[in-house]
Amino acid sequence: MSVPLLAVEDVGKRFGGFVALDAINLEVARGERVGLIGPNGSGKSTLVNCLCGTLRNESGSVRFDGAQMDGLPAHERTRLGMARSFQLPRPFRSLTVAENIRIPLLYTVNAREGRHLTPAEIEERSLELLGLVGLGGKAGGEPRDLSQVEMRKLELARAMAADPKLLIADEAMAGLSHSEVDDILALLHRLNERGITIILIEHIMRAVMSFSERLVVLVAGRKIADGLPDEVIRNPEVERAYLGE
Amino acid sequence: MRNGLFLLAALAVGAVVFFLARSVGNEYVFVAGYVVLQYLVLATAWNILGGYTGYVNFGTPAFFALGAYCTAAITKLATLPLPALMAAGGVVSGVIGLGMGYLTLRLRGVFFSIATLALAVVVKTLITNWSYVGGSKGTYIVRPMTVPLLGSYSQYLFLLMLLLAVVAVTIARSIERSRLGYGFAAIRDDETAAEASGVPTLKLKLIATTLSGALMGMAGAPYLYYGAYLNPESAFTLDYAVNSIAMPLIGGTTTWIGPVIGTALLSGVQQWASVSRIFENYPQVNVLLVGVVLVLFVVAAPNGIVGLVQAWRRKGPA
Repeated sequence: MSVPLLAVEDVGKRFGGFVALDAINLEVARGERVGLIGPNGSGKSTLVNCLCGTLRNESGSVRFDGAQMDGLPAHERTRLGMARSFQLPRPFRSLTVAENIRIPLLYTVNAREGRHLTPAEIEERSLELLGLVGLGGKAGGEPRDLSQVEMRKLELARAMAADPKLLIADEAMAGLSHSEVDDILALLHRLNERGITIILIEHIMRAVMSFSERLVVLVAGRKIADGLPDEVIRNPEVERAYLGE
Repeated sequence: MRNGLFLLAALAVGAVVFFLARSVGNEYVFVAGYVVLQYLVLATAWNILGGYTGYVNFGTPAFFALGAYCTAAITKLATLPLPALMAAGGVVSGVIGLGMGYLTLRLRGVFFSIATLALAVVVKTLITNWSYVGGSKGTYIVRPMTVPLLGSYSQYLFLLMLLLAVVAVTIARSIERSRLGYGFAAIRDDETAAEASGVPTLKLKLIATTLSGALMGMAGAPYLYYGAYLNPESAFTLDYAVNSIAMPLIGGTTTWIGPVIGTALLSGVQQWASVSRIFENYPQVNVLLVGVVLVLFVVAAPNGIVGLVQAWRRKGPA
């Protein structure tokens, strides 16, 4: 087996006396589609925050694309190819929708080695990305004019603008209608076909089951299952966590 | 408009201001105008940190006074031309800005502001107890009466501050449309999301504190020559903290023009009030006036005059 894109080893995180993550181990291969599920408060978002550098894990280590991530600030991890969307949309409210996309283009894509985008190319690329998520008509508008769905699409577009190797979508579909969920899923599939590895964190089981090649389950800060989706959801421990005894 | 073109336009405006002031034929215009321009620099400098990145700095008096006292300390040793003293003041305040930023920028929001307030208190205490620059007694110089070419020394001071104002406004504007400006805006709106988009937030905030501090120090450097006397009470007055916040807020904090408008209005009114001597027996009315206007704006027009204009444009003329 080749070297995994992401290797999480014994990662632990506490908030005071509360153990949010307890020695999590996880590997994600290049090009894989992984679903991450678990009840509310099970540590999914905390794990994402530790992966992306928003929070510091107290123990264990994270390796990404052959490099050690521990101690690196979030912006450097983004530049190395790890992008995320936030569970609650966090747009740059004083900027236009197109300018929101411009930030990662300026600070991630143009901060990497190699050819830098010209202002005209940045403009073009941000419109292209907005078109891809169906926000083409809103480019000149402000985030406050967007609906919840559109905000989530903007979150995804901004994460995609960083041209990532790994995209972590943290509940990108919560509160969306059936067809909107399908839209986002199709979008994620298209990205995956282009070679982007995707970790999908989601409560909507229909979406997770259809999307994921592999399913990881967190409960109370521990990983209790990791395997093929159909097998994982039949796992008695997972059933117990979701349905009770 | 390209930055070079803007600088030329700003210089042209500066030249017009200077010759208009000369055409009045009254020296007091330069004395009062100097104060307005000094506030323009302070407001613009404050706005680079406070308006662009959203970090509210209450420490303007510290940076201003450090510039002024840098001049005082150097002047004890040697007589240097004012532009050199301004450069020195800028370096000292810029370095202090960088240090303060490094120590405090992990604090967010109101905690950062409290730390800057503490900085002002600490620096004032240190200066007050530093006898070399006069301690609490203060220090004075005998300033030259005239300079070659221009004539009066007040005109020379006015011209220097005018040039500094042109430079400060040009810097502020060039930041606004640059990569740096977008990074600052991202920090102001959401620092966590900015980091996730690749913005090196700590580095950018340090650039802002250094630049902002340096410009404030440069504005303070000629102050000893302006008043011929300098003491901690006058260098660390509350006016600098209040005005440098109020002027950008009234004008609008997200663009370079905001502090310009705010300074013109507020400082203009203050100068008018002191010339017309309506509050002669109540000098504190000046600060009270600023306070009341500030409260009105924060409540009714939090995005300042620029924000009002933008909102009006969006809705279209009624």
